[in-house]
Formats: sequence, structure tokens, C-alpha cells
Amino acid sequence: MATSDASTHDPVTSVRIGAGQGFYGDTADGAVDVARHGDVRYICFDALAELTMAILQKDRMRNPEGGYTRDLPVFMRRLLPLARESGIRLITNAGGMNPLGAAAAVRAVARELGMGDLRVGVVTGDDLTSRLDELTAAGAALRNADTGEAFETVRSRVVFAVAYLGAAPIVEALARGADVVVTGRVADASLFVAPMVHELGWTFDDYDRIAAGVVLGHLMECSGQATGGNYSGDWWNVPDLDRVGYPVCEMRADGSALLTKPAGTGGRVTVDTVKEQLLYEVLDPRSYLNPDVVADFTSVRLDDVAPDTVLVSGVRGAPRPQTLKLIAGYLDGWMGTAMLGYSWPDAEAKARRAAELIDRLAHRAGLEPLETLVEVVGIDSLHGDAAPPQDANEVTLRVAARFATEEEAARFPRVAMPLALNGPPFIGGAGGPGGPRALLGVWPAAIARELVEPGVTVDVRPAGAAS
Amino acid sequence: MSARVRLADIAQARSGDKGDLANVALFAPTDAMYEAFRREVTRDRVRQHFGRFVKGEVDRYEVPNVRALNFVLHQALDGGAARSLRSDPLGKSYGSLLLRMEIDVDEGELAGMGKDLGAPSGPKFGPAPHGADGRSPRP
Repeated sequence: MATSDASTHDPVTSVRIGAGQGFYGDTADGAVDVARHGDVRYICFDALAELTMAILQKDRMRNPEGGYTRDLPVFMRRLLPLARESGIRLITNAGGMNPLGAAAAVRAVARELGMGDLRVGVVTGDDLTSRLDELTAAGAALRNADTGEAFETVRSRVVFAVAYLGAAPIVEALARGADVVVTGRVADASLFVAPMVHELGWTFDDYDRIAAGVVLGHLMECSGQATGGNYSGDWWNVPDLDRVGYPVCEMRADGSALLTKPAGTGGRVTVDTVKEQLLYEVLDPRSYLNPDVVADFTSVRLDDVAPDTVLVSGVRGAPRPQTLKLIAGYLDGWMGTAMLGYSWPDAEAKARRAAELIDRLAHRAGLEPLETLVEVVGIDSLHGDAAPPQDANEVTLRVAARFATEEEAARFPRVAMPLALNGPPFIGGAGGPGGPRALLGVWPAAIARELVEPGVTVDVRPAGAAS
Repeated sequence: MSARVRLADIAQARSGDKGDLANVALFAPTDAMYEAFRREVTRDRVRQHFGRFVKGEVDRYEVPNVRALNFVLHQALDGGAARSLRSDPLGKSYGSLLLRMEIDVDEGELAGMGKDLGAPSGPKFGPAPHGADGRSPRP
């Protein structure tokens, strides 16, 4: 691994960066292939999503030591030896709601592996949960960015709030020689922008290049989704998705980049697979907001230039937004789920009758859901009103109900159990109780930079040192 | 002469979530078909097509560099992924829902689509395991 002399180095003309993770629960195999066969200097791991922050906050509420992704040590055990061997630095936002805990876990793995000199950097300051009163007193309105609703409508139920940080703190950690950088809620694409800035000598007012970095980061942050996974074209021809190659980019100093994947892996990298990812989770493509820049996704040019290689060029950017994005999570009840499978004939009709019976059974048991959703899986759960009528061979009834309390949500699936003997005929197939599960609403808002950025800290220290 | 085509037979799509918003990107295979999509796949039609799933407005953005229309569906995920009661809380299947739509196109717009209508514009590189165009037909 690179020794800790990285603070003084000359910009290079290009840097190769790989993607190692697309979500919490992803396999480490993709990252291992990138480390072994990707010829990269950096691997960036995006473990977070809005849903993931909610999951990690639930973990932290159960255990103050938790709140980072539990598989982080698994990734580190597999990646640290390879990274050291090949001089690869690792950047991850797996810290989630507890980056300090995550960094401690990384240091523990490093010590286990006899790598006490591994320098671990950690970025904090994104977690605003304990500062909310101070921030609102300082003038942060935190209105819902979608609906305009006032924050007071959910304030008493808020269990976490985080701001999306940009690449700068990671760049600082790299400049201070970190071999591994652990963060909380840094924007997905910014994990990838940081090593580009660090290596290529870019400055943050070089909007087109920073925007190019954001585009490449955006393309890579969902691992196999850019390289043939979830591809809606001729998916049946995409080879070996069991070992899909995770994205690797060669970013050049001028902001153009080649997007490819490690040799010998499955999947496909073409304009057709890459363009789907370009617009994934994008709102206004002319104005993609990142903490460091506003990228114009309509300026992106994609060209097939070699097998499994796409040239990404032409990206234009504009000055960064005035504010940072913030999301807060608030408690919004508990969900319980009852599921029953029915077979032909009249499979759908039986499921709908059973749903009516469950409704009455719940009422008689004293359960009054705040809301109930009936889905007939196999008929309409995914396409709703657009699904055509059909005489299905088998369906699964799924009744999900929301309650004020965990106790009610736990009791709800049990009221459906008598239908195994007492309901419509020919029950079978997938089924069973689900929940109780805490429901968290996500509250998107904007917050002034000056309320967040002074609180951002970067700490870099060897694994062997007392933590 | 006009023809009715189903988007699933000619287009690509991908969908994702942002809070209670979902986006659905629809990709046209040719320039002519992109123009047909601009004409036919309006925000009002998409709003109607999604029915009860979408409680708010639908925005449409044009992305000509990748021949795409990007639809943003408001109040479309039952309160958002961690709050939703649905079995697809992230709206991952919304792309396929949009591909169910049928539109009217003329013969000129169908030009260059290939005889099975379904083959997206292929890569210029890579292995050719099946058939002359390197692709096997839809299974």
C-alpha cells in the first residue's frame, strides 16, 4: 500500500478507480475482482441509500456501538491484504450513522491482519441528529423539499438527520496519507470524485471536471447496474451475471474517462448498459445536484470505443448549490404483514375474499390499522392499475397494515392464521407472517453550508494506535 | 400508415427512488423513435398509466444525448422506501410498468428497428454467440 507520503505529490495524467460496492448487502466478490484484475489505485464503496440510513439508525437505536454496516469487517478482511499488495486505497461511506465506530472496526481488522501501520481516516460532521434544536434556532427552516410542509409536523418523531457532504474531507484524508477512508453520509458520487481531485490536481472551481467526476461516480456507485445488471435491453444475452464485473474507470486530467470492467468478468459495458445507469435516480437531468457542483447530464457524450469500454466525455458543470441536502428520518408507525398463497381455480378471487376475512378478523381482535394495503402478488402488486386481467395459476395474498404500536403490528399477522383451515380452498405456496417492522418516513430538506461545514472533521491515524 | 407498438418491444427503461419521488427513464432506440416518444409519451398519459400508484404530479425531462425521456413521479412511493407498505417500496418495477404502454407510430418511425422490433441498438464490439447480429431472440 502507498506509504504515507501522499501529501506532496505531482498530479498525474490519469487515475484508475474501481467500484467495490453498490449497496448494503452487496457481495465483496466484485471488489475482489476489481482489486485483482482492475489495475486500479482506488476502490470506492457506496454502502448507503435513504433506506439504508433508516436501517442503520434503527441499529444504532438498539445498540449505540452499531449504526455502521455490519459487513464492513467482512469487506475489509478480504480487501485489505489485496489492497496492501497492490497499493490500492479504499474509500467507503459504510460508516453510515456511526463512522467512528466503523473506523474502529476497520482498525481492529487491520490489527488482526498484522497491519498496525495501516492509516485509517474518518470523516465526521454529517450527523446532525443531536444538533437539530441548535440548527433550527440558528434559522434552519428544514421545510420538506418536495411538499413544502413545515418541519414542526414531524420534529417530535425525528430519529436522525444527516447532511450530504462533498468530496473535500476525503481529499483531505487522502492528502494526509490515509490508506482507508471511512465516512458517513458523503454523497455517493463524491466518494469517487475525491481521488480524482487528489490525483489529477483538479480544483473545486473547475466545474466541468468536477461534474465529469460526479457523472463517473454516479455511473459507478451502483456497482453492477452499470455493467449489465438490471439491464432492460436484451438482458438474456448478457453473460455471466453471477460474476458481473464491477465498474472501473480511467479518469483523465481533462475530464474525459473510459468506463470498463475487470478482464475475465461477466456482464457487459456498452452505451446501452451505461445510459440506463446515467439516469438512475435522477430528477432534472440538466441540473443534477451534488454538494460540490451542479452537473448537466444532458451534456454527457457516451461512445462505444472498444470491447466493454465506453468513453464518457463532454460533461459540463455549474457552480455548486448554495445549500446542502439534508434528510431526516421520522417514526411513522409499525408494519405487520400477513401472506397466504392460493391456487387455481379462481386463485385471485380466493385471495381477495381472504383479504376481506382478514379485515374482519383484525377488527374483531381489536386491531384498527391506520391504513391497510392489499396486494395480490402475481396479479397487481408491481403494475397496479395497468396490470391486465388474468386467470392466474397461483397467487400470493399480501396484506400489509400500519399501526401506531409495535404490539399491534406483531399481533396482526396472527389473526390471519386460522384461514389455513377456515378460509377459501386450496391454500399453499409462499406465505407466512411478516414484521413487526418500524416504519421511518424520510424528510428531504436543504440546509445552509455554514451550519454544517464548520463541524466536519477529518481524523487520520494508524490502526495500531490507541483509538 | 400507422402502427401500434408496445414500448417493451422497442425501448429500454430504468426506475429508481428519491424519498417519495420515483424516476422512470425511457430510452428510444433511434432518433425517429425518440421524436415519436416525445409526441406520444406525454406526462398526462404517464400520470394516467400509473393510476393509483402516483398521488402527485408527473414531470417530464428531455435527455436527447441518450434519446431518453425522464419522468419524475411525485408522491409515488407510498411515503418513501422505509415507510412504504408496498412489496416494491423502491419503485424498481416502475420501469417495466411504463414499458406496458402502447403508442401509435408511423412507418417512417419504425425504420431501422429490425425485423423483431425488439433488438435495441447493439454494441459495435464483443462476442457474437448467437446469430448473425450477435444476439439471440427474446426467450
